[in-house]
Amino acid sequence: MNRFDTNRMEAIVSHEEQLRDTVSAGGFSGDRIFRMITLGFALSIILILLLITIGMAVESIPALKQFGWRFITGANWDAVQGRFGALPYIWGSIVSSLLAIVAATPLAVGTALFITEIAPKKLGGAIASLVELLAAIPSVIYGLWGILVMIPWLQQTVEPFLVDHFGFLPFFRGAPYGVGMLAAVMIIMIMIIPIITSITKEVLLTVPVSQKEAAVALGATTWETIRMAVLPYGRSGILGAVVLGLGRAIGETMAVTMVIGNTPQISLSLLDPAYTMPSVIANEFAEASSNLHSSALMEIGLILLVMTLLINITARFLIWGVARQGAAGGRI
Amino acid sequence: MNGMVARSLKNGVMMLLMGTATLLVLTPLVLIFVHIVREGAGSINLDFFTNIPNPPGESGGGMANGLVGSAVILFMASLIGIPTGIFGALYLSEYEGHRLAQVIRFSADVLAGVPSIITGLVAYTLIVVPMHGFSAVAGAVALGLIIIPIVLRTTEEQLKMVPGTLREASLALGVPFWRTTLQVTLRSALKGIITGILLSIARVAGETAPLLFTALGNQFWSSKLTEPMAALPLQIFNFAISPYEDWHRLAWAGALVLVVIMFGISLVARFFGRERSMG
Repeated sequence: MNRFDTNRMEAIVSHEEQLRDTVSAGGFSGDRIFRMITLGFALSIILILLLITIGMAVESIPALKQFGWRFITGANWDAVQGRFGALPYIWGSIVSSLLAIVAATPLAVGTALFITEIAPKKLGGAIASLVELLAAIPSVIYGLWGILVMIPWLQQTVEPFLVDHFGFLPFFRGAPYGVGMLAAVMIIMIMIIPIITSITKEVLLTVPVSQKEAAVALGATTWETIRMAVLPYGRSGILGAVVLGLGRAIGETMAVTMVIGNTPQISLSLLDPAYTMPSVIANEFAEASSNLHSSALMEIGLILLVMTLLINITARFLIWGVARQGAAGGRI
Repeated sequence: MNGMVARSLKNGVMMLLMGTATLLVLTPLVLIFVHIVREGAGSINLDFFTNIPNPPGESGGGMANGLVGSAVILFMASLIGIPTGIFGALYLSEYEGHRLAQVIRFSADVLAGVPSIITGLVAYTLIVVPMHGFSAVAGAVALGLIIIPIVLRTTEEQLKMVPGTLREASLALGVPFWRTTLQVTLRSALKGIITGILLSIARVAGETAPLLFTALGNQFWSSKLTEPMAALPLQIFNFAISPYEDWHRLAWAGALVLVVIMFGISLVARFFGRERSMG
């Protein structure tokens, strides 16, 4: 529907509303009831969001009262003693997501560029739908593959190699367990690549053809066209895709829980087992031993919620920026 | 001339890098797919669809309770998520332009980004605690919360594609606005809406984290909605992290069945979508 239609519609509807209000002031009106019903359902979305935030905040109060800021700075998590410090989980979540996003971004953007700018249309389309298909595979199946296929490979091939050749670095010290930070980074990377790729692809498709034609007309090679015309135009959209991927990565639960080793420790070595915020909730919440324990897990959930909300809102604004740019007629 | 050679060399290198990136991206994804099919296909038999899991050490057994449990939980989740999504979308598209609509749209986007394990925590607080126990209903609420924003946004997109002239024609005939909306606008967009609904169900069918402390899972058949209930993704998780070969085999079979069901639903959805664009 174009803008004109919409305006006309609004004029008609608002006129209708006035008419209706005068005709049936205070009386029965199907339209008014219908409006109230749809409004009720629509408002429930806001209500749910408030319920989630407030509910989790309220449930976190016992832990907040007991530990205050020490909850975030403490590294000791002991359910028996009733001492809870969430730092190892926060560390594990941030490190695993950031490393995964750093590794995933060039691969995903490269693939999106290959699909939109280089590959013949049919091949590009085939790769795009394959990527889309794989984005739909649930987390628990990535975890199953990770635990039964990837971990043995890491343990027997990759990690011994890293220890032998790069063992002098603090990042590759320790025994090759298979499970650990490296495994988590790899599985998160594999899972978020399809998401970043498909959003980046959508962003690149909004680049006006005239923009690329101008570069080609100046004698630019394909790569120069990409660098001069495509990437600058899509920059904020691609950044949005990456930030959205980060939001996914940090909330990723099942696959990470299955491969990270679930040990609350802060270590520089990628080979050591670690733990993340969603993983500790997944593992401990159903069997929380005390009210304080479940409250501490709720507070971890709250921290996770706040982090993902901030990340997602940032991403939305970045991607909306592109949509507006596109609507404004393709000016940079 | 040298400049030209350097430029095309650079061009060639960058093209090669992008091609390599694509290969690197596709390799693990294709490997996962191959493993699911190869390992899963060998373990699927009639038992899988008719039996409940055997205790560890006994080979055979199936995931029938998980399949039925997933279907029951998904059905209840749809009852929560679909009406809320559709009626919310009707408000957004038919009364658009109000500031409130913007706020709701934004909330839906934010809600869609909330990690699924958090919806599990919320369903735990809202349902499990007051009902004093894990239950299938709680699992359905957790999944329903995930369905709502997806259905809302896809439905709104579809409703906006209905031409305004159609609404005007109906209004001009004297049909009240609410009947126009339900019988003309909604009906014209129905196929696209069904596509969106099916895709949202396919998406939550594999959700595991929200069920961990709501539906909890069950080794046996459960007859009540107020009791813990088995679900296919939960069984895949529990069997994958177990040390038993037999259970690993069941997990692969479960993964294959889950993927086939999800892709099946998406295929049906796409079929609906295509039929619409042709008509």
